[in-house]
Amino acid sequence: MSESERRGTTLGVGQRRLIGVGLGALAWIVGLLWIFPFAWTLLTSFKTEQDAAAQTLNHGLSFHRYGDVAHSTAGTLSLQSAFENSLVVVLVSTLIVLLLALPAAYALAIRPVHKWRDVLFFFISTKFLPIVASIFPIYVYAEKWNLIGTRTVLIVLYIAMNLPLAIWMTRSFFLEVPRELIEAAEIDGTNLFNQLRSVILPLAAPGIAATALLCVIFAWNEYFYALQLNFASGSTMPQWVISNVSTRGNFLAKLSAASVIACLPVVLAGWATQKRMIRGLSMGALK
Amino acid sequence: LTATAADATRLTGKTGDAFSSAWRRRLPLLPALVYVVVITQLPFLVSIYYSFTNLKDKTQSLIPEPTKFVGFDNYKQIFSDPFFRQAMWTSVKMTVLAVVLSLFFGTLFAILLDRKFLGQGLIRTLLITPFLLMPVVAALIWKQQMFSTLFGVLDKVLTFLGFSSVQFISAHPLASIVTVLVWQWTPFMMLIMLAGLQSQPSDILEAADVDGATSFGVFRQLTLPHLRPYLELGALLGSIYIVQAFDAIDVMTGGGPGSTNVPYYVYEESIGGGFRYGAASAYAIVVVIFAIVIATFALRVLSGLFKDEEMA
Repeated sequence: MSESERRGTTLGVGQRRLIGVGLGALAWIVGLLWIFPFAWTLLTSFKTEQDAAAQTLNHGLSFHRYGDVAHSTAGTLSLQSAFENSLVVVLVSTLIVLLLALPAAYALAIRPVHKWRDVLFFFISTKFLPIVASIFPIYVYAEKWNLIGTRTVLIVLYIAMNLPLAIWMTRSFFLEVPRELIEAAEIDGTNLFNQLRSVILPLAAPGIAATALLCVIFAWNEYFYALQLNFASGSTMPQWVISNVSTRGNFLAKLSAASVIACLPVVLAGWATQKRMIRGLSMGALK
Repeated sequence: LTATAADATRLTGKTGDAFSSAWRRRLPLLPALVYVVVITQLPFLVSIYYSFTNLKDKTQSLIPEPTKFVGFDNYKQIFSDPFFRQAMWTSVKMTVLAVVLSLFFGTLFAILLDRKFLGQGLIRTLLITPFLLMPVVAALIWKQQMFSTLFGVLDKVLTFLGFSSVQFISAHPLASIVTVLVWQWTPFMMLIMLAGLQSQPSDILEAADVDGATSFGVFRQLTLPHLRPYLELGALLGSIYIVQAFDAIDVMTGGGPGSTNVPYYVYEESIGGGFRYGAASAYAIVVVIFAIVIATFALRVLSGLFKDEEMA
């Protein structure tokens, strides 16, 4: 600290407390302002359609709109099948991402291959490749191999979408594992699988959970691939929400209910793991 | 700690020459590497091939013409296409605006949340939520419940305050889309910046406090330099995702002047209705060349992040 910075504290205890309260109040204002669009949507989802359109609250609140969106006309994408498709696609793709990312991170962090830096950069650089640059060949071949409209094509693409980020993050969590423990396991002649299982995974578990959650968020919310390659009955939740948009605009409450249902699983998961995510992003990203 | 191949062999208790030992190291990496190469690089090579042909979707045209090589025709066409230049410019504006604004708000919110106050956990939870929402839903919320002149809250507020209605989306398409992107990405930046603030060594901050440093002095001289790599990381990750923005544009404007970015333009030219795969591939390749230029720059920033790291 330089001499010029060594100024005494000019504020009294009372003033400091006042500033503290003021900053706390500001945080509350900012928080409420930022959540407002979603909170408003949540409120709309409990209204009648008349109240929703007029932005009034004359007919009370109810869960009826949630019942409405659960029933679908025959031949359209139903909530149940969209939910099932999303669940299968998200869980299977995230699981395979982890199965591929964990050994790769091991080879980049714990017993690094020659030129591990180049390999890591290659993985990250694939995220810079615009999706549109590879979508036509994927579309043409998916059509040729009858994969349009299947869960398989989405699983295959979501793995590629999330794998670079997952490798990057898990690698940094692996670096946090004390070397001595790994070396001890190596001297005992423990093989890679058992090293991962008994030494590395338990210690890196919080970080791996944060990584998995980010993969789940990105896969659950993905719209572009689902729109291009999976537009019929095999499609996922974002498409189901869009299918609730009425061009006449007078089903605002129903659409709000659909929006809330579609986002709820990921929002709840994110709320439950937010502290872990902050830790995950700090260690995962910069080590 | 650079274990040699001989060490590795000794440690694993297996015999083998240096060559096979190196491959044992590479083996765990190979499945992921092969997967990424096959799914992301092969289609790209096919795209390059398409970009020199006049490939079209045969089911979409009445008189299918045979696919043939057209040389650089598709590429020449790009430079005479004003819409493509406009889309490039929109992409740049959209990405820079959204990344800078969400980094700014994210840092501000992180500083507010880093102090203890009543309801800290609740406010953090509320602030994170927009990042967790589907981009499609976020765009719908803003389009129908905020910006709409019929059902929008903003319109109600404006008329209540005595202003006239604004057709937000049709009059200011870019600003409307950037608003939604900033709303969603600010929480992500906030998480990264919070991680940065919480990783500050507390003993140095206490020492500065004992020395009687002002809060502003501490922030400028200690916190800001410490946060720099986190700012760079936020900008990098934010740009990777925001430059590819598609959902908000599709839902809010469906393209159109001022809001069609490059991904959306290429989409419109191909599977979104044009079905000119050959020409659209050429556009995509040009985008990739730009992306490589930007990525080289970004990766240089990134290797700066790795520079202090000890090789394990």
